[in-house]
Amino acid sequence: MLDVKNISKTFNPGTVNEKVALNGLSLHLDEGDFVTVIGGNGAGKSTLLNAVAGVWPVDSGTIMIDGVDITRLPEHKRAKYIGRVFQDPMIGTAATMQIEENLALAARRGQRRGLRLGITKEEQERYKEQLKMLGLGLENRLTSKVGLLSGGQRQALTLLMASLKKPKLLLLDEHTAALDPKTAAKVLELSAKIVAENKLTTLMITHNMKDAIQYGNRLIMMFEGRIIYDVNGEEKRKLKVADLLQKFEQASGSELDNDRMLLS
Amino acid sequence: MDFLNALPGAVSQGLIWGIMAIGVYITFRILDIADLTVDGSLCTGAAVFTVLFTGGVNLWLAMLAATLAGMAAGLVTGLLHTACGIPAILAGILTQLGLYSVNMAIMSMKATVAINVTTNEMLDKLLVSLRFVTDVAKGTRPFWRHPIFVGGLFTLAIIAVLYWFFGTELGCSLRATGANGNMARAQGINTNFAKVLGLVVSNGLVALSGALLAQYNSASEINIGRGAIVIGLAAVIIGEVIFGKLFTNFALKLFSVVLGSIIYYIVLQAVLALGLNANYLKLLSALVVAVFLSVPYWKNRYFSKPVKKGGARNA
Repeated sequence: MLDVKNISKTFNPGTVNEKVALNGLSLHLDEGDFVTVIGGNGAGKSTLLNAVAGVWPVDSGTIMIDGVDITRLPEHKRAKYIGRVFQDPMIGTAATMQIEENLALAARRGQRRGLRLGITKEEQERYKEQLKMLGLGLENRLTSKVGLLSGGQRQALTLLMASLKKPKLLLLDEHTAALDPKTAAKVLELSAKIVAENKLTTLMITHNMKDAIQYGNRLIMMFEGRIIYDVNGEEKRKLKVADLLQKFEQASGSELDNDRMLLS
Repeated sequence: MDFLNALPGAVSQGLIWGIMAIGVYITFRILDIADLTVDGSLCTGAAVFTVLFTGGVNLWLAMLAATLAGMAAGLVTGLLHTACGIPAILAGILTQLGLYSVNMAIMSMKATVAINVTTNEMLDKLLVSLRFVTDVAKGTRPFWRHPIFVGGLFTLAIIAVLYWFFGTELGCSLRATGANGNMARAQGINTNFAKVLGLVVSNGLVALSGALLAQYNSASEINIGRGAIVIGLAAVIIGEVIFGKLFTNFALKLFSVVLGSIIYYIVLQAVLALGLNANYLKLLSALVVAVFLSVPYWKNRYFSKPVKKGGARNA
């Protein structure tokens, strides 16, 4: 499914701000894998997701999805394969456009956009049904501007948008981090539901170790741009937060420094 | 009395400049780019039209060529911005500066090229003219030759086409690009292409407006577009301030831009009637736009809803 081979990325090379964000990282995901990603501050978690999404080119290595080499493809062309939800609820949706317009844009991900109607009557009906499943009452607000929605509602909408046209890979970049705990839990549940229903191959970054253990069938821990711990199946199910902390100290020789991770 | 007599002329001018203002709306409001190309591309439209038309080319063909020339100018700005990574404002300034020479070259290095309208026959060939305003008032020309009528038809047609376009998949991708580039790219939209396309369409409209303006004034003049961006912004902002609450539909929003342009010219006419030296108009325009652009900022900063009192006590 996803094949990341030996990718590296250095920001601001040759300056005092030089930062090696990815350091020869390799990762293989099988079809239907739901992988949670944890790691300290600056471990390269978001960099990994951005590298796969094509926000900027990597310095070396290759990225393949379903046998297609996407290493050199620009961001908008990779979107054909990838659905994304971001940490900042503002990024995933267009605030000044209507809910149904946002959905219609997402429904055409990876398609050529021509002079056909931007949104059809039949689509509006379909969106109404799909919004109902979110259970947020958005089905009656199809023509409301997305800017009027709360952060949690926007993340839920972004999730729906990411799965509207089934992606080969779903990237969730700490998508509940900006929400209050109650809303975060709800959005996370919804994410798991959407992933399960559509059998999506998923990479999810989280700062919550309990969530990382509870959700998904595989967990990876990152440190200094590499994967230092990779666990799945039965072993993952039995994991405890204390085990994770210990693994981290073992592998990295230092204490975990993700403030949010330790506080949650 | 002078003012009332000048009113039909002001409305006519407002309508013609309104087409340019719609172009500015596309870049400034839809794409969220302040495109300074328009100061140059308006003149390009006027120059190309005038030179071709006085050279004997069919009026409609000359107008089409003018529009295409404006689109080419927009393409240059778009490529400077997207392919060369130059900030949009600077890209527009560069194109605008370069266009001065291009426009002069089109007009054979003359600052002004007049359209010969000494005979009625020649005048009749034009779509709009300053003289039609008085001719219709005197009754020597039918009402449908009035620039308000012709300009109005053009405006309605343009608004109809744009309304359709921005409802298509492609048009929606332009709106998404301006609303949220990150989201647009994540949904597979080539935001660079969308920006270039928007700049092309916008400057095409600006040049078309220039071609009409050249007919209205019976001449093309190198400085015709100086400060056009400010007039366009003024029209957009006046339209939004006055009709923003009333018009939420996209077609009506475009219409409010045109109304904004008309109001701008009526106010200018009123100020002139009060005896202001016409050379102060640019300063006045700049002030009007500066004030209206500042208002939303000030509102947020100084007049936002006060925080509920008693926060410390209840904490």
